[in-house]
This record gives sequence, structure tokens and C-alpha cells, in this order.
Amino acid sequence: MKGTLMTEVRIAPATKSSPPASAAEETPMIQIERLELFYGAKPALKGISMTILKNRVTAFIGPSGCGKSTLLRCLNRMNDLIEGVRIAGSIRVGGADIYAPRTDITALRKRVGMVFQKSNPFPKSIFDNVAYGPRLLGQRGRAALEGIVEKSLRASALWEEVRDRLHESALGLSGGQQQRLCIARAIAVEPDILLMDEPCSALDPIATAKIEELMEELKNRYTIVVVTHNMQQAARASDYTGFLLMGDLVEFGETAKLFTTPGDRRTEDYITGRFG
Amino acid sequence: MTEHTSRHYERELQELKEKILLLGGTVEEMIASAMKSLLSRDAGLARRVIETDPQVDAGELEIDHHCLNLLALRQPAASDLRFIATALKIVTDLERIGDLAVNTAERSIELSKEPPLKPYIDIPRMASAAAEMLHRALDAFVKRDPDEARGVLAADDAVDKLYVQLFRELLTYMIEEPQNVSRALGITFIAKYLERIADHATNIAQMVIFMCEGRDVRHPAAQDLVAREE
Amino acid sequence: MLRTRLRRRILSWAVSGFCGFSVAAALLPLGCILLYVLKQGVSTLSWDFFTRMPQPVGEAGGGMANAIVGTLILISLAAAVAVPVGILSGIHLAEYPAGRLGAIVRFAADVLNGVPSIVIGIFAYSIAVLPFRRFSAAAGGLALGFMMIPIVLRTTEELLKLVPSTLRDGALALGATRARAAFTVVLPAALPGIVTGVLVAVARIAGETAPLLFTAFNNRYWSTRLDQPIASLTVQMYTYAISPYDDWHRQAWAGATVLIGAVLVFSLLARASTRRLERMHRG
Repeated sequence: MKGTLMTEVRIAPATKSSPPASAAEETPMIQIERLELFYGAKPALKGISMTILKNRVTAFIGPSGCGKSTLLRCLNRMNDLIEGVRIAGSIRVGGADIYAPRTDITALRKRVGMVFQKSNPFPKSIFDNVAYGPRLLGQRGRAALEGIVEKSLRASALWEEVRDRLHESALGLSGGQQQRLCIARAIAVEPDILLMDEPCSALDPIATAKIEELMEELKNRYTIVVVTHNMQQAARASDYTGFLLMGDLVEFGETAKLFTTPGDRRTEDYITGRFG
Repeated sequence: MTEHTSRHYERELQELKEKILLLGGTVEEMIASAMKSLLSRDAGLARRVIETDPQVDAGELEIDHHCLNLLALRQPAASDLRFIATALKIVTDLERIGDLAVNTAERSIELSKEPPLKPYIDIPRMASAAAEMLHRALDAFVKRDPDEARGVLAADDAVDKLYVQLFRELLTYMIEEPQNVSRALGITFIAKYLERIADHATNIAQMVIFMCEGRDVRHPAAQDLVAREE
Repeated sequence: MLRTRLRRRILSWAVSGFCGFSVAAALLPLGCILLYVLKQGVSTLSWDFFTRMPQPVGEAGGGMANAIVGTLILISLAAAVAVPVGILSGIHLAEYPAGRLGAIVRFAADVLNGVPSIVIGIFAYSIAVLPFRRFSAAAGGLALGFMMIPIVLRTTEELLKLVPSTLRDGALALGATRARAAFTVVLPAALPGIVTGVLVAVARIAGETAPLLFTAFNNRYWSTRLDQPIASLTVQMYTYAISPYDDWHRQAWAGATVLIGAVLVFSLLARASTRRLERMHRG
């Protein structure tokens, strides 16, 4: 304090945690253009366009039925499994249109991993759960698999808790641990993008905080897209937020701005709890 | 206290504290320099104090923005919430103290153009008392020490008394000789500014007590009204 | 006021009494059978019974070693037929529930379930015995297998449908094809129940006689060859029971005891396996 006679006040741009990188570092990872989705004749997504940036956490918020989970599941084509689904528009991941006719779905799903709302560990050992993906892709060597399993479990902050019981059933873990196991399983195949569909909705606050902290670390290596019905979680954990309402993307922007000064009246109403 | 699970949140709170201390340090420097410029009749130093003010204003804006983001994005609770509320209020007091230091510097420039009216004894005493109060208040903020803050509250009386004493003395100078009036008024204003600085330091101390203990010790008279209404 | 309370009490008593009586009535036949069979057969049970071959008529002693082994072989053959067919069909039905083919298969399985066992025996006779001009264990296994298929198939399908779809989604999201997900994730998850279903089916066919009469026939000698007739507990019991020899009658009772014991063991195994594997699944 008692330094030079005239101390200069450091004027750094006021930001939230990690300052958004300069424009040169903001690389688009997923480009969605005029995406429409129909369940039969019923429209679920009505012309959505957005850019999801690399190594950032992007959150989708909105009331039930607004289409956020549907949108998420388009990104790894899990919606293909539902009968009667029709898509229009385009989604480009890393420049390539994922709905192009000859897309390799297995390769897509290796690149775009997914973690579900209710943790869904396979009824196998912890080791076999994490090794499932790599084995799917042809990895056979025992040593290599062990290395991958350890790396993935470390990355999802679970290694220390399970290192001594890798061959026990995964179903013996607590809810929070199971979800981290599912995260480890998803990153074992080294995706570029991690989709998380309400990953904490079945977890208590402590487990939730651990997963949010994990997301903060994981974003250095992966691009993360989260769907959450808990907008405070979106505020805490994401860099960019998109607000969806009845299939429309109402607003999309930096989380800090969206939660302090939203541009659209509907966003403001939703965030402040004026659901009407 | 254990740390937050989110290291980033922890860091953001730490950054906020550092920004406030930096602002506090700047303002303390401004008071010291304004005093020095008065005593050594150095108009150049006084002008430099005035030029520092934009930095203080920018600091206030930045800290307010930081607090707003924290409130919106982190939903702080309990002690964190009190900390951020305290930060928002302290920053206002610091900015005002900065303005008062600037005002003092402006008066100092005027006074330097004429020969001194009398040796400055009480003014430096008031200044050091006020600066001491500010320093202790900021200290209490950093250390989360409510007792230190209470010490600041107790010291305000002495400054008020000094002001009254000085004002009476300068009044006699003004009555004695009309030519003294402009200089005496200048000194009176400076004394007023210093007394206001001590008041702001008191405000800061009161907010620190609120931050630490959750008790709002401001405006004791009004507390009764509030209690009766509830 | 008092009268309604009293009336209610009496009514409650009466209904409880009726339920108790019904339970007793249901359990009574089973109890009687078990006790009677045990009483008649347990005295003949001995180590010899399980290890010795049948003696020529008139000679005392001897056992049903060949019949016991024969039954086990037949059960294994039946399982070898029914389990792959039943499970694979079950998987198909579960994965493609809405297909036309699925509806047909389901209907066919239900019908097959209701076909009298003797008719199945005759059918197996015409396709597995006549062309080769001999009775064989293989034909017997085939007939019993046909009877097992519907049970295994329906159990598999129902259990696969019970596996939460998130499990399948999890495998698909990692890049697995539908087939791979079905075999490596969904099936293992349903396996406890499927095992139980297989055990239940086995318990059912262990006691069948009619189909075997036309296919595996019987064999008084030791034989484990699949292309020859083979002895089985049920047919052996039948043969002894209708004979005029007291000794054979006693052996038949002993055989009945063993058969009931075996069915009981399979049923208990089925229940135990369900419980244990359910626990493993709950974690």
C-alpha cells in the first residue's frame, strides 16, 4: 500500500473468472444454421441458429418442453433413434455437416460424447465401464486400456476414490460418483465435444458443486454443452448461455451479460422468475 | 474457513478484495500527498493529486461491475453476500474520500499563493488522525476484525472535537482581521474535508462490523424505529 | 352403532377365515403329494439308487443311475436348442417391437406354449425319428427344446424391455451399433432374469414324459450317445409303475421323489438367482 507516491489503480476489464479470450482465440466448434426438428407433424425446434465456441461451456436454459434437450440430442444425432423425427437445416461440427448422407455415426459419437441426466453406468465393473468405449474402437492391449482408464478417471476426479476397487461393480458407487464415472466413460474415447443433459439434476448440492468444478477444468480440453433447468447452475458454470422458449432460441450470448442485462423481455422474465 | 469448491469463485472473491485494497491504498496516498502539498506549499504535488482522481473513479466503476457480476452469477449467500454488500458500500465511501482529497488539494493550491496564516498544527493532527482511521478501517476489512473496526468508531469523536476547536480558532482570526478571511476559510474547508474523511472511515468500519457479525450498527437512533416497525 | 361395529368385525373375520381356508385348500394337494411321495419313495433312496444300473426283472436292488444321467443329458440338449433360439428371438422382439415379423413371432410363441406336449412329441417323432429310423436322445432333446422355447423367448423379451433405455442410450452415445449395444450392455443387464427364465423352463420340462415316449423312448442300459435312445427318469418311472413288480414300483416311487426334488431344487435355484442378481444390480 505504501509504495510509490502515486499508485495507479489497475484497470482490468471486469470479467467473470476466466476472462474470455481475445477474438483470435474464440474458435467456432459447432455451427447450427436454421435448424428445425419435427416429431411427425409437430415442430419441436423452429429455426435455430447459433455458434458454439471451442473450449467454452455453453448452457441451454429454458422451461420444460422448450426443446433444449432435443437440441442437445441433435448434436450427436441421438434423435435418429426416435421414430418419425425429421430434421431441416444444418449442423456443422468442426466444419463438417453431421447430417450429410454418408456420415459415419460411430465416428461422430466418438467425437461428440454424451453424459445423461440419470447416471447410467453399465452393470459391469468400474474398469469395464470406462474401457467400454476404447474397446468399441478396437483398443485391446491390457496395458493401454489400463492407462486410458486411469487417465480418464483422473480427469473426472474419481481416480483417488476408486483406484483400489476398479473391478468391483460400478453400481456400488454413490450417485455423484456414478455420474463422474459416466463422465470418465465419455472422455475415455477422447471426444472433442462433451454434451451434458442435466447432469446434476439427480445429485445433491455437494456432488453438484464437484461436477461444476469439474466442468470448469474439463473445458480446457473439451468443448462443453450443458442443458440445465437450473438457471443458477447455468449462471455459475457457463461462459455462454442460450435461452430457449417453445422451440425458439430467444437469446444467446455471454452468460455475464445475459444474467445482468438480458436483451429480450422474455429472457428477463424467465431469469427473474416472472413466469406468468 | 474452508475454501469454496469452485476455485474460480474463490479467486473472484479474492480479486474483489484486492481491488478494494488497491483503491484504498490509492486514496490513502492521495490524502497524504494533499497534506504534504499543503504543508510544503507544493502546487505541483497538489495538481498530481487532482490528476489521480479519474483513476479512483474508474476503480469504483470496475469494482461495482465486479460485484454485480458476482451477485448475478454466483448467488452468494451468508458471509459471502455480506462481504459483497460491504464491498459495494465501501467503494462509495472510498470514492468520496478520494474526492475530498482532491478538494483538499485544490484548497492547498489556493493557499500556496499567499503566505501562510499561521503555523499548521491542528490540521496535520486531524489529517493523521483521519488517515489513521481509514487505514485501520481497511485493515479491519482485510483481517475481518470487528474489534479493530470498533476502535475506528471510537476514534471519530476526537476528530470531531479537533474540528470544533480549529473552527473556533479560525473564527477568531477572521473576526480580528478581514484580510485573513480567505485564508482562514480555506483552512476551515480543509478541516471540514478531513472531518468528512473521518466520517467516511467510520462508515467503512460500520460496514466491516456488519460483514463480520451480521449486525447493522449504523444509525443507532433509527434502529429503534426499525425494531418497532418489525 | 354397536351393531354395525360388531357386524364389521364379524365380516372381517369371515373374509379372513375364507382367505385362510382358500390358502389351505390350495396348499393341501401340494402338501399331500409331497408327503405321500416322500413316504413311499424315501425308503428306497440310497447311494445305490443313484449309482447302480437297473437290475434284470426279478432281482432286487439296482438303481436309476442311467435314467438320472439321461434326464440331465436331455435337459442339456433342450437348453442347447432353446436358449440360443429363445434369446436371439427375444432380443429381436425387444429391439424392434413394432415390426410385423415381431408380431408373428410373438403369436407363434404363445401358440406353441399351449400345444399339448404329446403333440410336440409326435411332431418331433415325424421329423427327427422317422427319417433316421431310430429313437434318439437328440430327438428327445429337440422335443423338449421346442417346449422350452416359448418360455425363454417371452422371458427374454419382457426382461429386455424392462432394462432402462438410458442404458442402451449410453452405449449408443459411445458409438456402439444397435446390435452391439444390445449384446454387450442390454443383454448382460437382463441376464439375471433370463437365467431365472431358463431355470423355470427347465423345471417345467424336467417332468415331461409324453414327448419322450416318441423320441428318446427309453433305454435299460447305460447310454450317453445322442443318436441312441436314452433313459429318462420320467419314462423309466412310467415303465416301472405300470409293471407288475413290487420292486419296480418301489423304484418308481423313489424316482418320483428324485424328480420332485429336482424340480424343487431348480425352482429354489431360480428364486435364489433372481434375488442375488437383483442385489448385484441394485449395487
